[in-house]
Amino acid sequence: MSKPLPADRSESVFTDYKHEYTAHQAAVEAHRCLYCSDAPCTQKCPTHIDVPEFIRKIATGNVKGSARTIFEANILGMSCARVCPVEVLCVGDCVYNAMGVPPIQIGKLQRYATDLAFEKGWRYFEAGAPSGKSVGLVGAGPASLAAAHELRRHGHACTVYEKRGVVGGLNTTGVAPYKMRADRSLDEAQWVLGIGGIDVKTGVEIGKDVSFEELEKRHDAVFFGVGLGPDTRLGVPGEELAGVHGAVELIERLKLGKVPLDGVKSALVIGGGNTAIDGVRELSGLGVPNVSLVYRGGEAKMPGYRHEWLAAREAGVSALFHAVPVAFEGSGKVQRAKLVRTDASKRPIAGSEFVVEADLVLLAIGQSTLGQMLAGLSGVVIEKGRVVTDEHGATGRKGWYAGGDCRNGGKEVVNAAAEGKAAALAIHRYLGGQ
Amino acid sequence: MPDLSTHCAGIRSPNPFWLASAPPANSGAQVQRAFDAGWGGAVWKTLGVPIQNVSSRFGAINYSGTRAIGFNNIELITDRPLEVNFREIYETKKKYPKHAVVVSLMVETQEEWKDIIKRSIDAGADGLELNFGCPHGMCERGMGSAVGQEPRVNERITSWAVEYSTVPVLVKLTPNVSDILPHGLAAQKGGAHGVSLINTIKSIISVDIDRFVPEPRVGSLSTNGGYCGAAVKPIALHMLARLTRSPEFRIPVSGIGGITNWRDAVEFMLLGASSVQVCTEVMLKGYRIVEDMIEGLGEYMTTHGFTSVDQIVGKAVPAYSEWGDLDLNYETVAKIDAKKCIGCQLCVVACHDGAHQCIHPAKAGNGDPATRVPVVDESECVGCNLCKIVCPVPDCISMVQVDNGYAPSTWNEHVTQGKGLRPKKGAH
Repeated sequence: MSKPLPADRSESVFTDYKHEYTAHQAAVEAHRCLYCSDAPCTQKCPTHIDVPEFIRKIATGNVKGSARTIFEANILGMSCARVCPVEVLCVGDCVYNAMGVPPIQIGKLQRYATDLAFEKGWRYFEAGAPSGKSVGLVGAGPASLAAAHELRRHGHACTVYEKRGVVGGLNTTGVAPYKMRADRSLDEAQWVLGIGGIDVKTGVEIGKDVSFEELEKRHDAVFFGVGLGPDTRLGVPGEELAGVHGAVELIERLKLGKVPLDGVKSALVIGGGNTAIDGVRELSGLGVPNVSLVYRGGEAKMPGYRHEWLAAREAGVSALFHAVPVAFEGSGKVQRAKLVRTDASKRPIAGSEFVVEADLVLLAIGQSTLGQMLAGLSGVVIEKGRVVTDEHGATGRKGWYAGGDCRNGGKEVVNAAAEGKAAALAIHRYLGGQ
Repeated sequence: MPDLSTHCAGIRSPNPFWLASAPPANSGAQVQRAFDAGWGGAVWKTLGVPIQNVSSRFGAINYSGTRAIGFNNIELITDRPLEVNFREIYETKKKYPKHAVVVSLMVETQEEWKDIIKRSIDAGADGLELNFGCPHGMCERGMGSAVGQEPRVNERITSWAVEYSTVPVLVKLTPNVSDILPHGLAAQKGGAHGVSLINTIKSIISVDIDRFVPEPRVGSLSTNGGYCGAAVKPIALHMLARLTRSPEFRIPVSGIGGITNWRDAVEFMLLGASSVQVCTEVMLKGYRIVEDMIEGLGEYMTTHGFTSVDQIVGKAVPAYSEWGDLDLNYETVAKIDAKKCIGCQLCVVACHDGAHQCIHPAKAGNGDPATRVPVVDESECVGCNLCKIVCPVPDCISMVQVDNGYAPSTWNEHVTQGKGLRPKKGAH
């Protein structure tokens, strides 16, 4: 499957911005947990990890059991512990918040338990007795990995088709390196695949190398978890200049290899979402002297998480709010951006153009959707580029299921994990399982 | 600041806080540092024929991340030469004439008692404490709790001590008996000026689950030790009150057992202790804890209008009664303050699993699910306090008295006078 990653990747300079717990720190924090019943943290988690239970197990020294509780709900619990926006999920709903007491650091505790499970090589799950059925999974990101693992527990043979050379999807190619580096995502994929019986075919693009008809012929059911497509472009003059990149594209390059940024003095990241915030923090961390986020709205209504933006500000990035690029200029490569001010409704204000220096530009205004890939398949409904399914992930075409970003339009890893697992259970029932 | 000076069985001290006879009162240098920190008195670590101790002497139980809520030890009496102890007692007393230095003693024969009492008084002891309490090591040699468990032996040795002593004699009682009263009365009958209680409780503090050996471990073996620390306070309070509410018991008590702060001290005093002794909390936190004890007691006295510690002593004793004298028609129910509730549902789970299934999660039609404030079914609530105990938010759950229209009636009154009882709740 995946080829090894080079050691001198750009992302290697990053260390974790949330430090890992020592055993003692974990115990102290675990003992603070109130062990709520019908706990809000568990309800808030898309995979409904029994948070009070896994924390109690850390407190009693049963860390192996703690990790089991986590993985039983979410097989990607290790990466989710690092990449989940816990501030707006479990930690945000900790009852301590209502008491004015610092909430339990659920993410750090989950990381402690799951890291130890990896370190010790604890394994919890075995493949079920062979069912004689086969499932093809398109894309090797979090949704497919979670789905494949669950399908294997029920004995279904799995083949995962991945167009890239690496598995793990955005967990490998897109997660901010100060949360998790690519090699850790590959560790996780290996660990998940350790259940056995999952055939991963990298470098194979469904719809191109293998037709959908062929895929349908090969398997009794199909899970579609292809994520999102390339970065959206602004459609302004100069966008083709060297030095103007899609954010997701550049982040992938610096996570998987080395991107020389030595000469870069001023970088602009266009957008106000989480990818834009990741982009400014990453460029700043890689030593670019001046990094600015450019967002067409105001700071208060940025779509990115507040806690992420505050952390970016702390890292020293600046921002231009109520501004949007109208052109990029430069001879051969980008040197300047022409921006225009926007009004309260984010509309350009005529005559308010101004120019800023920029020798690197990241476009982080969204990603295209890939649902259209399936548009030719009768029964599959596509809406705003997303694959439409029922609550369990079933599309309108018999035996075809979907989950993750291609279904939800782009959410968290934990959503993909939840949707992948739910779809796997639906596929299992479809294939005649109980 | 009210006057904290204390008078316990004829022993005077600037405040009621004494170090108990234990490692913190092992030497002159320690006791003098304690007095400098503010302690009013010290009961010197038990003198007798110096012994040899083992390596690894203490064990503890931790609970939910809190270290040493209970503690035990297998250390014995002093291991230092008697003449060194007496010299240091003399020096300490000379330097701190107003502080109480009580000398704890444990020897075997009448002659030994006579000799060691004389030497203690010559060294300047303000009082003696007869150690009839240690539940390990010494009792196997016929001393300590072996004496405290036999009222006749207790009385006899006490009478020797009282005869030889010119200073007040306290008898330190062991809790390792089924009823403390005969033992307190034996000390009284022997002429003791007061008793101290409790000594430590016979215990095995824990077991090393990987080595299969109890703690504290000495090589490949362990032995039972004396249990003390915060967790033993309820046992000590009961034994204290058992004596102080008995009309035939009339001598003062120095209270010991799980006292960690001024609140604990006040509780002991309210149940009749005229001084209090502390060991474990000092071992865990140091002499410095006395600053807060002095301040806290002073503030407490000011708040309640007490001007001397005597006014506190025994004030809660009349309220310690028999179950049969409790009013069965007194009724309370739990009320949850919706503004304070954080929605943890701990009261729900405790009531459902551990009590009478009368607190329910809010759901449509019964409470507001959005707030997660549980709903108390007052018609089923027996007023047991469990919800209030588990609630993590101070003053969120209160137990409120219900006027049920029934005149008070105790079980005894019901049985002897046929007084009416309210219908039972939660008994279906």
